[in-house]
Amino acid sequence: MMEQSVDIKVTTRPGKDAGRVVSVKKTSTVSSNKRIRRSFRQIRTENVFRRMLVIVALCMIVLVLGIMVTLAVQSTLSFKSAGFSYLWGKTWDPVRDVFGAYPFILGTLLTSFLALIISIPFSFAVAVFLGEYYPTGWLPNLLKNTVELIAAVPSVIYGFWGLAVLVPIVRSFETSIGVEPVGIGIFTSSLILAIMIIPYAASLGRSMIHMVPSNLKEAAYSLGATRWEVIRSVIFPYTKSGLFAGVLLSLGRALGETMAVTMVIGNTSLIPKSIFSPGNTMASVIANEFTEADHPVYLSALIELGLVLFLVTVVINMVGKRMVSSFTNE
Amino acid sequence: MANHVKYRIGKSRVFQGLTILLAFACVVPLIFILIYILQAGLTKINWQFLTNLPKPVGEKGGGIANALIGSIMIILCASVIAIPFGILCGIYLSENKKSRLAYWSRLCVDILQGVPSIVIGIVAYFWLVKPLGGFSAISGSVALAIMMLPIIIRSTEETLKLLPDSLREAAYALGMPFHRVVLKVIVPCGISGIMSGVMLAVARIAGETAPLLFTAFGNPYMSFNMMKPMQSMPLLIFNYATSPYNDWHDLAWGASCILLIWVLALNIFTKVITRKWKVQL
Repeated sequence: MMEQSVDIKVTTRPGKDAGRVVSVKKTSTVSSNKRIRRSFRQIRTENVFRRMLVIVALCMIVLVLGIMVTLAVQSTLSFKSAGFSYLWGKTWDPVRDVFGAYPFILGTLLTSFLALIISIPFSFAVAVFLGEYYPTGWLPNLLKNTVELIAAVPSVIYGFWGLAVLVPIVRSFETSIGVEPVGIGIFTSSLILAIMIIPYAASLGRSMIHMVPSNLKEAAYSLGATRWEVIRSVIFPYTKSGLFAGVLLSLGRALGETMAVTMVIGNTSLIPKSIFSPGNTMASVIANEFTEADHPVYLSALIELGLVLFLVTVVINMVGKRMVSSFTNE
Repeated sequence: MANHVKYRIGKSRVFQGLTILLAFACVVPLIFILIYILQAGLTKINWQFLTNLPKPVGEKGGGIANALIGSIMIILCASVIAIPFGILCGIYLSENKKSRLAYWSRLCVDILQGVPSIVIGIVAYFWLVKPLGGFSAISGSVALAIMMLPIIIRSTEETLKLLPDSLREAAYALGMPFHRVVLKVIVPCGISGIMSGVMLAVARIAGETAPLLFTAFGNPYMSFNMMKPMQSMPLLIFNYATSPYNDWHDLAWGASCILLIWVLALNIFTKVITRKWKVQL
């Protein structure tokens, strides 16, 4: 139907005066008149649709900019009162209006890096197992899906399980090595985090190891290399940026994790003395104190924590994603 | 020489064994968690548990009806906001691969994907809770919708990118206008990928607690009003799990069990569908 109306337009357009166009339209049947109208309506809808898509895409940018601006604006009050010393101020005392984020930044870094150290051997093992040793078959498939399910379990459930099961275990472990048996603390939250972040590095590492060209591996085998030597001196060097990106993505995940950590870390604003002592992370402070913040500076200090967390995770994620995309484009 | 070769082969074997061991060790905590929560939770679940409101400490027979209803309402509302928006944005990104707007928009989606959920809670607090003058379920829905967006957009974009250009060109050659090509040809072809992205997004937000802490806030009573605080499953688990009472712990175990089954079922269902329809996510 479109074809015909286009045809009419083409034949009428060369007409010298508008009258002739009208006369052509008039002489044509009623149904073709309707068709022209319908096709114009469709063109209009098409334009509206295109514009809507552009607006939606713009909305995404506005949304992210809005998040940044909101965080920045709401934290100016705290920034004005403390400046950059906020970041290394060692006391957090809402009653006296002294806000130093150092204990929480330290707590966040400790839990995240400890979790990373614990989880890396496991996630790399999964990546090598699925990428190199056994890429196909029902058992590897089952393992792959199960590992992905680890990421699907809600963090509040990890927290609850940690509180009920892991804390007593850690407590008895602490008694046996002779530190104060608190149970909750940085070590326990690192354990939980380590479980939670395994899938991120593992699935990325797996797809990276899949992409190693087989002629490289075959060349190494033909020189008499064993399986492990191929993995260590061909696969790991070739995929190192991809594996590192996976680690970065899981780090970003660990830094921002809130609920599981909040439930098992102990929530004190003191600087943690060892990895077994209770502490607090940036995310857990926000979760605990946000609704209790009764004066503007306190609230603003919490939001500044949120801003720091936002910037750090965004930078880490962007670097990780850049590394992945540069690796896959090569 | 022979000894050296034996040593190398032995080393290779040892590392292979170690890899297999570590790889399967990852699954152990998940299995422990599943077994523990099913054991602790399944015994608590009965009809009363699903239909009653939580009772004060000491009284028997409390349930989590308000949290179930609240969770479903909040998630539905979040989906209504996020799904059309996310699919449209995904369509834009896949149709205009190289435009400058698409580049920035894609960057923003990447950023949004990495934003910690608690930060989104803070932002929703300032955008909705403060102007509306109190905690409300709708603000929680918006926070969750923001978390759903990147997943939906990414899966839509990735799915539609894989469709052959000839499909699009054939539709254009028939004289179809752009919106009909997209809505009647391209989206139906990629619907399986889009739907699995949507389901993954729903599964992800079903267990999110952090953005709800300062938005939906929680409510010990039944509430159907989106403008008022509302209870939801993760919030209930968090509040009751950190309380000192055993009765409330029991409620939290039952709720965890339901939430876990719900989330895992959604995930597994999505996996089966993607396998069946051969969607790459």
